[in-house]
Amino acid sequence: MQLRKDKIPYSLYIICFLLLILLMLIFSMNAGYIQIPIADVWETIIGHGTASNELTIFNFRLPRMIIALLVGAGIAVSGAILQAVSKNALADPGILGINAGAGFMIVLYIFFIQGNAFYQSHIAVFIMPLVALFGAFSAAGIIFLLAWKKGSVKPTRMILVGIGVNAGFTAGLTIFQMKMNPTDFTQALVWISGSIWSATWTYVLAALPWLIILIPYALYKARTLDVLNLGEQSAVGVGVHVNKERGKLLLIAVALAGSCVAIGGGITFVGLIAPHIARALVGTRHQRMLPICILFGGLLVLTADTIARVILAPLELPVGIVLSIIGAPYFIYLLLFKN
Amino acid sequence: MMSLKRILSIISFLTISILLLFAAFFISIRFGANNITYGDITNAILHFDSTNPNHVVIHELRIPRAIAALFVGAALAVAGAIMQGVTRNALASPSILGVTSGSSFLVALAFAFYKDPSYVMIAVHALIGAAVGASFVFGATAMARGGVTPVKLALAGSAITALLSSLSTAIGLKFDISKDISYFYAGGFASIQPIHIKLAVPLILIGLILAIGLAPSISVLSLGEEVAKGLGQNTMAIRILSTVAVILLTGAAVSIAGMIGFVGLVVPHIVRPIVGVDYRSVLPASAVTGGLLLLVADIFGRMINSPFETPAGAVTALIGVPFFLWLARKDGRGL
Repeated sequence: MQLRKDKIPYSLYIICFLLLILLMLIFSMNAGYIQIPIADVWETIIGHGTASNELTIFNFRLPRMIIALLVGAGIAVSGAILQAVSKNALADPGILGINAGAGFMIVLYIFFIQGNAFYQSHIAVFIMPLVALFGAFSAAGIIFLLAWKKGSVKPTRMILVGIGVNAGFTAGLTIFQMKMNPTDFTQALVWISGSIWSATWTYVLAALPWLIILIPYALYKARTLDVLNLGEQSAVGVGVHVNKERGKLLLIAVALAGSCVAIGGGITFVGLIAPHIARALVGTRHQRMLPICILFGGLLVLTADTIARVILAPLELPVGIVLSIIGAPYFIYLLLFKN
Repeated sequence: MMSLKRILSIISFLTISILLLFAAFFISIRFGANNITYGDITNAILHFDSTNPNHVVIHELRIPRAIAALFVGAALAVAGAIMQGVTRNALASPSILGVTSGSSFLVALAFAFYKDPSYVMIAVHALIGAAVGASFVFGATAMARGGVTPVKLALAGSAITALLSSLSTAIGLKFDISKDISYFYAGGFASIQPIHIKLAVPLILIGLILAIGLAPSISVLSLGEEVAKGLGQNTMAIRILSTVAVILLTGAAVSIAGMIGFVGLVVPHIVRPIVGVDYRSVLPASAVTGGLLLLVADIFGRMINSPFETPAGAVTALIGVPFFLWLARKDGRGL
């Protein structure tokens, strides 16, 4: 098993994914309501484009694509950590309700503090990750507390509790949404569905610090993740402080999910799919698996966003909707046909 | 044989809930933008005067609304009780296993294809959708490797709900009917009209009568497939008829009230400790309690954010979630 996988050099995987991402980036720059020929895209990138092409590419498409890559990478890592720490193959920040918690807090924030100024103010963009983090941590706390029974967190129970928490937050959202004025209401709805339409460089800047700190830290902890994945006893055996490490890694996973949700909205299933694909390609060791997971997560959200932009053009779908349509059948497949 | 104590508790439970049901029914009619007294209500029922605006409001808006809440609650609760009995799954209910979302999805399609669909059209779609949702559930159960645990079935249902509501959102954006669809998905009774009652209530009544007729068989089936077969039951026929009842009840409920969750889950669990596990008493008690629950949820929904309306579906979710979490902690056991 391991031998067959090693026949393809690891670096080839990395190169393949980087190439795919590059291809998708080029395609995505070209696709959309305004179609820009590849030659013009290139001209614009090296600085000889027309003003309108420059505006479309640098101010609208590029930040959006970068956000897609960042959010995809962050949520994929978050999912990988959650799956390893809870030893639950179905864990994903969206399915578990961590996104819903962050979303609920953001909607409360829009409702009480911001009102119509929501998308205009720059400070708001930087505060939003903090608000979302608070929501994400509260949701994660509730989920673990409720799923904890007799000293363990059973995988399916954890998911089920997550679904319940999700439903609770959603009902809470509905009640507040009804009180909002129509503009805020639509904005909140679009945001919850997971959309990166309004991505600007400010959003990129708001997301970047979190990801730059948290993703490398997760990579640094790859060994620990391997050990935790083996089970509590072997982990103690090789001298890992199981509960302490688990707690740290969970904090990272939730923080990653929260900051990504703040920027990208309710994006579900990426954290489920990416680790599974990565494991299928390069095996279960996190040192090898996490980089592939990051690349695949980014590629997945970028692709989904491009589909969302093209499929109903000139209308745009929230990317979260596209991801749910791809991800839900995969979830059912994993649930019912795999162990 | 039922003990005397059990019979007494069943009778007193039914009496109390029916009395509360009447009270809730009148409060629901009285409560609203127009100030209406209980005298108006009795007058409007006994001596209807079409020139009196209050009488018209009572006849055209308030009574249909209260009847809708009552019957939708009864339908969903009984559908949930049937599903829990037949699948022997404490987490079974139309909303959790995806029957409601199948139904709502087809209604979303109806909005997309016919622009302004008639109520009959909506009802037909809701029923077909409920059938599709129900077959998803049973298909998944039949196809999965090594049987499906209650929890897995519930998880698959949630994933189907996520998938279908995403598709509905996409359809809503594409055909510019997001508002119709999200309103429908929120689940409530704000736009009930007399026409809804005339079609949906008979459907629900047929479903309820079918369910009561099946009650003895469901009781046996809830003891297990082998027991039922050993007692000479035709389990396949019972399953099919039960599914028909669930489809009628859920489809009719969704066609007038949209997606309302948790009623079918919660009510049978409230009822069973009081009236026992015999479905001849579980089903009627569920019907009465379900009706009462939705009437109260609808009244609350009108009160919380007055003058805005909170959809009854959001209120039932707030009541239902803690309950659901409690069941989740028990891993779906507890039947």
